[in-house]
Amino acid sequence: MRYLPLTDNDRTDMLATIGVDSVDELFVDVPADARLDGPVDLPGHAGELAVERAFREMAARNLAPSSAPSFLGAGAYRHHVPATVDHLIQRSEFLTAYTPYQPEISQGTLQTLFEFQTQVALITGMEVANASMYDGATSTAEAVMMAHRLTRRGKSLVSGGLHPHYRAVIETMTRFTDLTVAAAPADRSGVEDLAPLIDADTACVVVQNPTLFGHVADLRPLAAACHDKGALLVVAVTEVVSLGAMLSPGDMGADIVAAEGQSLGVALSFGGPHVGLMATRKKFVRQLPGRLCGETVDVDGRRGYVLTMSAREQHIRREKATSNICTNSGLCALAFTIHLSLLGEAGFRRLARLNHTRAIAVADRLAAVAGIDVINDTFFNEVTVALSKPAAAVTEHLAEQGILCGVPVSRLLPGEDCQNLLLVAVTEMVTDQDIDRLIDGLTEALR
Amino acid sequence: MANVRYTEDHEWVLLDGDIATVGISDYAQEQLGDVVFVELPDPGRVLEQGGEAAVVESVKAASEIYSPLAGEVVEVNNDLADRPELVNESPLGGGWFLKIKVADAGQIDALMDEAAYQTFVEGLD
Repeated sequence: MRYLPLTDNDRTDMLATIGVDSVDELFVDVPADARLDGPVDLPGHAGELAVERAFREMAARNLAPSSAPSFLGAGAYRHHVPATVDHLIQRSEFLTAYTPYQPEISQGTLQTLFEFQTQVALITGMEVANASMYDGATSTAEAVMMAHRLTRRGKSLVSGGLHPHYRAVIETMTRFTDLTVAAAPADRSGVEDLAPLIDADTACVVVQNPTLFGHVADLRPLAAACHDKGALLVVAVTEVVSLGAMLSPGDMGADIVAAEGQSLGVALSFGGPHVGLMATRKKFVRQLPGRLCGETVDVDGRRGYVLTMSAREQHIRREKATSNICTNSGLCALAFTIHLSLLGEAGFRRLARLNHTRAIAVADRLAAVAGIDVINDTFFNEVTVALSKPAAAVTEHLAEQGILCGVPVSRLLPGEDCQNLLLVAVTEMVTDQDIDRLIDGLTEALR
Repeated sequence: MANVRYTEDHEWVLLDGDIATVGISDYAQEQLGDVVFVELPDPGRVLEQGGEAAVVESVKAASEIYSPLAGEVVEVNNDLADRPELVNESPLGGGWFLKIKVADAGQIDALMDEAAYQTFVEGLD
């Protein structure tokens, strides 16, 4: 049986009808370097067992953070996810339910969303949070567009400490709008001062805390500078566990908080699906994108949950909606909520402290290695180190020994002069033995 | 309000000198149901005749409010921020939306008077 029931003649006829010579010509709008230039190198037809063997062999070539000492971070963090999380999210009531279109009939789903929003508002120090976005990067881009609507100003100022992938998503999502994005140069030392760059046309300033390079900032002076000029402060958080140890963005004066929630409940999974958090002040809620769940009482006075303020959304406002998002990261948001509920407030703070304590231990050990300079004066669970050799080569070398020593900055900022910089993240998953192997591996590689 | 005029989009306008007060009609508030929010323009904004001036949200709908006359917004009804229900309770009184300094008072002549608007609304039902 042929999988594709078209004959070569069928294809030729169809191509002739629309006036092109080959199927490849249909893809000319895709940039050449993004196109596949030949067949994928896979075995031909085979039985199921043979296919399984072939793929298992291929998969075994991956070095997964779950089976190696891993210091990978840069926006995605390996944390311990309690087995309870997986057990609960796999209940069919949650697992197979889609974002509710007749929402009030799904009271259980709405209650979990309401609890998720409550948790997000609490840890970010804000007054209201939505039912989640796709990921931290899209939350950040939505925050920029929200600031534009609120201020009716045209420029957003982006910190050099913001993850370049986040900046790229902001640039993509604002590309066909009248918004301009001014990005500050990469801030490896954590010393940038954006306040003098804020002017009467600045809708918002976007900063990440801790930054891409791990630096932790007191954002209160920047918040004051923004508000002084009528601009909004957008704070992006890529490592949400840090909120258990730091003054919250809300307490520091943020107007919109956009965060990646993957660290709680969600596996790395090659980069997705993850879950975007988005929170703001109550006075800005009309411009908040995404679904919003509210608690109310029914005619008999019993507690119930509803989706509220839907007039912001696309199914009612069409092209004038706050966003074209009509959904949320339901299952990942649920995992986040279960994990954070299991931790509780005290447990969340302990987890954050544990991360920070272990990161201090690793930073101290790294600083003692010849050829390593720890750049950070402040950090949460991730530091930037300058190596005496190019970081990409050292990373490859250690990976061959089964050690994932971190993310070379050159991978994230290819054009920048940062060949020797390495981001090293340390979570509660890192054991003493892992640290020994990292230090031994780096010592040997930099000798 | 003998001099009040209406648009086919159900806004009303009352001219006093060169200042026009704008709101939505009793028919409009009844069609919308409970109004929960009114988004008003900033004073100083210049509106074209028929241009979008405000947004009124009821429980499950949102509607644009268009300016019946061209002019500059000089005042908005800040009471609506805390009491949007005024639009339902008193659409032609305390539920007014905004005041504009009109550019051309003559534009009002083309709008419907009370009797013409009532006939227009009856034709819709």
